[in-house]
Amino acid sequence: MKKLGLIVNPIAGMGGRVGLKGTDGIDTLEKAKKLEAKPWAEKRAKEAIEEIEYLKSRIKIITYPAPMGENVARNCGFLPEIIGNIETEETTASDTKRAAKDLYKMGVDLLLFAGGDGTARDIYDAIGESLIVLGIPAGVKIHSGVYASTPERAGKLASLYLEGKIKRVTVAEVMDIDEEKYRRGILSTRLYGYLRIPFEKNYIQGLKAPSPISERYNQEAIAFEIIENISDDLFYIIGPGTTTRAVMEKLGLDYSLLGVDLIYKKKLIGKDLNESELLKKIKGKKVRLIVTPIGGQGYVFGRGNQQISPEVIRSVGKENIIIIATKRKIESLLGRSLLLDTGNKILDRELSGYYRIVTGYRESIIYKVTSG
Amino acid sequence: MKRFHQAKWDEPVIFELSTEGERGILIPKTEKEIEESVGDGLSVLPEKMIRKKPPSLPEISQMRVLKHYLRLSQECLGADLNIDIGQGTCTMKYNPKINEVFVRSPKASELHPLQDEGTVQGSLEIMYRLDLFLREISGMDRFTFQPGGGSQAIFGMVSIIHAYHKLKGEDKRDEIITTIFSHPSDAAAAAVKGYKVITIYPDADGLPDIEALKKAVSEHTAGLLITNPEDTGIFNPHIAEFTKIVHEAGGLCGYDQANANGILGITRAKEAGFDLCFFNLHKTFSSPHGCGGPATGALGVKKELIPFLPVPVVDYDGKKYSLNYDLPSTIGKIREFYGVFPAVLRAYAWIMGLGAEGLKEVANVAVLNNNYVLNRIKKIRGASFSFPKTENRIEQVRYSWEELTKDTGVTTEDIIRRMADFGFHLWTSHHPFIIPQPFTIEPTESYSKKEIDEYLDTLENIAKEAYENPEKVKNAPYNSVVHKIDQSMLDDPEKWAITWRSYLKKHRNNSGGT
Repeated sequence: MKKLGLIVNPIAGMGGRVGLKGTDGIDTLEKAKKLEAKPWAEKRAKEAIEEIEYLKSRIKIITYPAPMGENVARNCGFLPEIIGNIETEETTASDTKRAAKDLYKMGVDLLLFAGGDGTARDIYDAIGESLIVLGIPAGVKIHSGVYASTPERAGKLASLYLEGKIKRVTVAEVMDIDEEKYRRGILSTRLYGYLRIPFEKNYIQGLKAPSPISERYNQEAIAFEIIENISDDLFYIIGPGTTTRAVMEKLGLDYSLLGVDLIYKKKLIGKDLNESELLKKIKGKKVRLIVTPIGGQGYVFGRGNQQISPEVIRSVGKENIIIIATKRKIESLLGRSLLLDTGNKILDRELSGYYRIVTGYRESIIYKVTSG
Repeated sequence: MKRFHQAKWDEPVIFELSTEGERGILIPKTEKEIEESVGDGLSVLPEKMIRKKPPSLPEISQMRVLKHYLRLSQECLGADLNIDIGQGTCTMKYNPKINEVFVRSPKASELHPLQDEGTVQGSLEIMYRLDLFLREISGMDRFTFQPGGGSQAIFGMVSIIHAYHKLKGEDKRDEIITTIFSHPSDAAAAAVKGYKVITIYPDADGLPDIEALKKAVSEHTAGLLITNPEDTGIFNPHIAEFTKIVHEAGGLCGYDQANANGILGITRAKEAGFDLCFFNLHKTFSSPHGCGGPATGALGVKKELIPFLPVPVVDYDGKKYSLNYDLPSTIGKIREFYGVFPAVLRAYAWIMGLGAEGLKEVANVAVLNNNYVLNRIKKIRGASFSFPKTENRIEQVRYSWEELTKDTGVTTEDIIRRMADFGFHLWTSHHPFIIPQPFTIEPTESYSKKEIDEYLDTLENIAKEAYENPEKVKNAPYNSVVHKIDQSMLDDPEKWAITWRSYLKKHRNNSGGT
């Protein structure tokens, strides 16, 4: 019998309704409660679990007590195995982390969790890439790619995975949004890590449509294209992300998945550099900047790669920016342009325009990039 | 809606029907005198080419073969069975049956490509005259019928582009530009030829973005391969500007006119500035598709590019037709001999039957039918059409069930399966799905208003059903050959099998013979 782990972060999403942009931090939660925000994470989780209900006799749900999953599982007609303890119904990040670790020890086949970006970070901190997980979107605003687009979709995807109809997994981004700044109107994001999720793809294509190539293969194809054109006269700044990571892997170099690296003559000369280190190292040098859009909205700059600051971009020069993106990433935009949010509106305007984006080996597209 | 149930045979794969020793034909042993006169046949082959073990072909009698394929044919839909307007981009028009009488005549069916030219003057004349017709239709100066389909014709175009630049010593031109709504083979054939491929996306109106094209061209540009109208059914009115931009950069322009059904006699490749083009005789010119062949992609070029055409081409000196193998810069062969003659013959007969006026009428009626379909689909709840700012469409439209999916959870695949319950076929889109939950309809000129209405009434009813009883649609089909197929295997390299041998290897742990 397959084992499904379930974690609901009962306070996720509470701030959104009352315009608080998230519930990280106890003070905010109190504020949210005063503003009579009603928890809706359980409702969202229920929408997902309902999609799995038909597997009731074939899978077992293991979860934490009361609002952390038990209620939802029972409401959907499951007889869940309850583990762990919580002190109050107002759970904290440490409850989420503890639950994730306990479920890992129980050897669940898939861990479903309902929450927002903060919840995804807690899961990542607790278990990293050791389990296959999937997020049910219940947070205020979700930037992390580990969440399905809707709770129903999360349930559907989970059921396909548990039934063995989807076998492939992929890694998806966990984003770190500084909610404190966000509440003040500043969107500050960092790429926090990656979690492993079931690989979702619309696998029913028309008869004339070939099966799209896998994300991993596409990333490798892009890496080959980049490496074939690397010049020994130039320095290359490598931005964060799994698509850029493939370049470093193919070069056999150490890299920082979430940070910015610098290479020269196919050798690593700086790893996980911050803005000032970058500026110092590239001063007076001929530089190319290789970046990939991060997050679901397709931001080239300003999401998860803030180290590449306006000053860094200016010193590299617009004509030396090489954008790489998998076809799936481009398709997911449904024709919308890629976006810029460098933090400097004038620079965003200067950088706007058409770019030749590398999408495969000897394959590229001409695509519009506009200021967000 | 009409009641329907598809035939349902539990028919095995033909390899599973094989019985050792069973034969369709018992071939008599060669008589001694014959063998002495012509040899035993096998010994003329180089020894290394003779296989040690015979191939693992099914062993089966004639009557069982016949039953097997008749059953399979009953489990299919096709243009002769259903109102086949749901396979957009493919131009599923009526294939006049009189043309089958022509191609079954021994004069056509017994034609051998190595016959002496003097004995095949009539066939060569038909090829020559079809070339003349297509020159008039396109404005090009010479055609070849050698390519066996659209993708081969594209490969022919890109091979000519390659040879042209090579002859001029411009080897650094290594990029081909195409658009995302052109046929995927335009990009694929260019890649096979070794080109880098640059793809242009549409602007907000659904037209290929001309600013993107300006960004794409450079001293590396070898050429442009583009469809117009594209898969969306939108005609690009700036096409002459596109070809001009590419020409100014030093590239050649190839027009993918596989489907030219909406523009026959209305616009031509020449006036749009193209150097090469091709027509699928099995789309616009009524030859049947034949399940992937045999077909013809008739490839035409402007005068300057005639020396590059594949050989042979058919010449006429005013008295006699002949096959000319002597073109100075020929790209060689795309396929053997002169092409699929039955497809050429059918297209010739079709054009002769219609005349110039008739061809134009075909386009007019196809466009009228299409815009009628568009206006009916606009009124279906949950349906929409791509790029609504551009209202008028040529021969087809790419539509979307995005709203219906959001409202009901029913997807375009669900609708497609439900259509099968009523004996209809509906198709999604080429990959990638830029338009969410896509479907593409192309009514052509062949169908009456009554038939088009019957198809659309069914579609409308299914959309209604999706709102009232989504589960019913999601679990379709009920009246078709098979129930819902588990397609997860298609996504699993360990499981997918496109040949019987590969199936045995992956599923039965059997190497499958030789």
